[in-house]
Amino acid sequence: MTAVKEIKEVVTILFAGDSGDGIQLTGGQFTDTAALMGNDISTFPNFPAEIRAPIGTVAGVSGFQINFGSVEIFTPGDQCDVLVVMNAAALKVNLKNLKKGGVIIANISGFDKRNLRLAKMDEEYTIQDDKKLEGYKIHEVDVSKVTRETLKDSGMGTKSVERSKNMFVLGFLYWMYDRSLESTITFIESKFKGKQDLIDTNIQVLKAGYNYGETCEAFPTQVEVKPADIEKGVYRNIIGNEAAAIGLIAAAKKSGLELFYGTYPITPASDILHTLSKHKNFGVKTYQAEDEIAAICSAMGASYGGALGITASSGPGIALKGEAIGLAVSLELPLVIINVQRGGPSTGLPTKTEQSDLLQVMYGRNGEAPVPIIAAQSPTDCFDAAYEACRIAIEHVTPVFFLSDGYIANGSEPWKVLKGEDLPSITATFAPERKEEDAPFLPYSRNEKLARPWAIPGTKGLAHRIGGIEKENLTGNISYDPDNHELMTKLRQAKVDKIADFIPEQQLDNGNEGDKLLVLSWGSTYGVVKTAVKELREEGKSLAHAHVRYMNPLPKNLGALLSKFDKVLMPEMNNGQFVKIIRDKFLVPAIPYNKVQGLPFFTHELKDKITEVLNAK
Amino acid sequence: MTEETIVKSTEGKLAAKDYATDQDVRWCPGCGDYSILKQVQSVFAELQLDRDETVFISGIGCSSRFPYYMNTYGMHSIHGRAPAFASGLRSINPDLNVWVITGDGDSMSIGGNHFIHMLRRNFNMNVLLFNNQIYGLTKGQYSPTSEQGKVTKSSPIGSLDHPFNPLALALGADSTFIARSMDRDPKHMRALLLRAEQHHGTSLVEIYQNCNIFNDGAFFTFTEKETKGDTVLYIEQGKPLVFGANNDKGIKLDGFKPVIVDLKDNSANDLWIHDETDRVKASILTRFFDDPAKEGALPRPFGVFYVEQRDNYEDALIAQLNKSIEIKGSGNLDALLRGNNTWEIK
Repeated sequence: MTAVKEIKEVVTILFAGDSGDGIQLTGGQFTDTAALMGNDISTFPNFPAEIRAPIGTVAGVSGFQINFGSVEIFTPGDQCDVLVVMNAAALKVNLKNLKKGGVIIANISGFDKRNLRLAKMDEEYTIQDDKKLEGYKIHEVDVSKVTRETLKDSGMGTKSVERSKNMFVLGFLYWMYDRSLESTITFIESKFKGKQDLIDTNIQVLKAGYNYGETCEAFPTQVEVKPADIEKGVYRNIIGNEAAAIGLIAAAKKSGLELFYGTYPITPASDILHTLSKHKNFGVKTYQAEDEIAAICSAMGASYGGALGITASSGPGIALKGEAIGLAVSLELPLVIINVQRGGPSTGLPTKTEQSDLLQVMYGRNGEAPVPIIAAQSPTDCFDAAYEACRIAIEHVTPVFFLSDGYIANGSEPWKVLKGEDLPSITATFAPERKEEDAPFLPYSRNEKLARPWAIPGTKGLAHRIGGIEKENLTGNISYDPDNHELMTKLRQAKVDKIADFIPEQQLDNGNEGDKLLVLSWGSTYGVVKTAVKELREEGKSLAHAHVRYMNPLPKNLGALLSKFDKVLMPEMNNGQFVKIIRDKFLVPAIPYNKVQGLPFFTHELKDKITEVLNAK
Repeated sequence: MTEETIVKSTEGKLAAKDYATDQDVRWCPGCGDYSILKQVQSVFAELQLDRDETVFISGIGCSSRFPYYMNTYGMHSIHGRAPAFASGLRSINPDLNVWVITGDGDSMSIGGNHFIHMLRRNFNMNVLLFNNQIYGLTKGQYSPTSEQGKVTKSSPIGSLDHPFNPLALALGADSTFIARSMDRDPKHMRALLLRAEQHHGTSLVEIYQNCNIFNDGAFFTFTEKETKGDTVLYIEQGKPLVFGANNDKGIKLDGFKPVIVDLKDNSANDLWIHDETDRVKASILTRFFDDPAKEGALPRPFGVFYVEQRDNYEDALIAQLNKSIEIKGSGNLDALLRGNNTWEIK
């Protein structure tokens, strides 16, 4: 039969199952195909904290959400339209993430007694009898069985057959959304290159899933999501951490510096290391240090030697690096410190997201130790923000924080391909050689940016000593002089403040000055705030949106901009951190709105809150 | 070459004093650090080392003030972390001559982790471990090398900690150059510093250094004329292990057990002949760590315990990058930005 086609603007699908079910791969393939078909997309994976959590258990459920549409997409979506569950635990965990009346595609071979037991569910449970599922459109497929059937003549072992069942699900969804199989077939051919039997069987199962959709009559409608109206050009898909890594390499290339990346593995920052270590042919030196402290100290040693020294971690590791960051402030060397935030305190929620390290990176050091901070707003912005962090570090000769978080670090979206020549230039300046008869070298003299000379060992005539003890202005010699200490403290602050002259002014992302409310966001909440504000404006509400990327120093006009609004609402995935800074700096009675669940905001909850604030007197 | 000829500035040549800065040296008068500084400057003059190509990196502690007094590049970093800074620097510029200055608290306590990892990676640099068995800068607490039962400000009825044996630890971490000297034997120290500078790898020189304020005389048994004959064993490559006030004692190996023998009854030919390349013997030698006051104590060895030629990290790092360029070609930024999987919106 020919299916009826229903057209939708936006669809959100959540794939859920065991880590071993190939959920991330299935989601990734669906994403690539959606991108190739011209949809705008945003994705978010949701991993269990344990690497191989026991199969079938609630703890072992892995998820991958994709939001794709024919309109602009800024978030991976709130609740999903379609929930694909490979086993009972996946349904148990994710039913709350499905819209009322949404579609459930369940692999019923994952609902046998064993799986039910592992999911700590009643062994007599059946989907049909589950009262909670009333009103949902449920489609049960025995994926294991049909995959087995498909491959019964292939001679493949049970294990290989089991492993390819995700291809059946993918094929089925490709039929549902009228997608082409081409991209995934190409992927299979390259992934299993040289293993013809695996290529054949995976493609066979993929096609079987597609054909199953076509022939089984349970789903009479295919859904079509037309291409989005996206700016013309060549695109790729990119994950936040990968974008950050490429941004670092690009900054090194453009500045002509060697990149040295000293780090210690930690979730969710490690993928930056993984990406960088694949690109050694760019002269990238990755150094897996013995601990977080050695990681940053080695990066500082490299910067001292004239490289672009970079270190990365997440909150707990940043805490360990604190003392060295203080030294970096005192030595005034270029350094980029990446914090891919996760839920805290302590080990907290390693695989979940949070924005709760802002005050840590802003103030978390002994003494007066100001550090510039740039926060990325989306997976692709991780590239720009990382690049910009490098530019400031190099040109202003200072340590700089680059803030990301688990949500954008692991999330992905399409990225318009850039050329190296499109990137802004970065100028690294080393102090020149000095002859015996020249004036004495002053390592703590300053230029118009208040930056001191970057004098690297090996430069003739510049031998000098630096260290963590307070330095005399200009000479850099040890000084315990009270007035000198105050002067140096003020100089270090002024140097950071000065950066405000070299960054763009704060713009409104949406709305106008004089609107009733300004929603002020930072970091990874960008997409959801943008979506909520856009939708409410379309409903006729008077509100605007500004998103801050330069967290320290803040853009010079931010205070003036805030004063144009009666109310300022600040959503943050923490207990209220940026709001403290804004209130402190501008005496604005900003209203905090906080979520600390290790999860991003949903558009609907943000819209509710905004509406409440707009309606309040 | 005598001391005299080194200090004298000859035409175009740098003298020891040319390696000194204009900063006042602020160690306590009588501190053993002065002797080490002097010998380092003397070795620099002897080898005519380039000041602009040299970097001294230290942690925190009395000894870690050292870089301020060397007219080279220098970084006084944070407590225990000098090896990490030095590692990053060597990774970026392997042409630099890097020296790490550390103390027993700095390297054995707060920086213990970096110390062992530096040694296993074997960066080409020199590490001078000033061991005074006390915390000096914080005014006299016991250190990780203080003998057990040490009475200090923080251990008024004696410390409980079993002390570290730094050289045994270093050997355990696969250090490729292990040596020991003392502040009161400048000639010996200088010879060892020269050896250390020549070794291609991390050269560790432990230097017994007297803190005359908080731990005065900690090593007098090894440094003073009256006692050193029976407590000090100078080890030299290819030479038998002979010691004693009148060179009348030697060390023999009974299986793996070192025994002290009287040379009246034994020929020097039967003694243990020092072989710097013998790891097993070096491990026994580093265990010559007896309390010298103990009856029948083995003498404390001074000299080069162990030398091994092994690849160093920075060479391997650069080789790996070159290999990667050879295989993949030099990185192309546009290709990187583009990735492998693109689509076009027309």
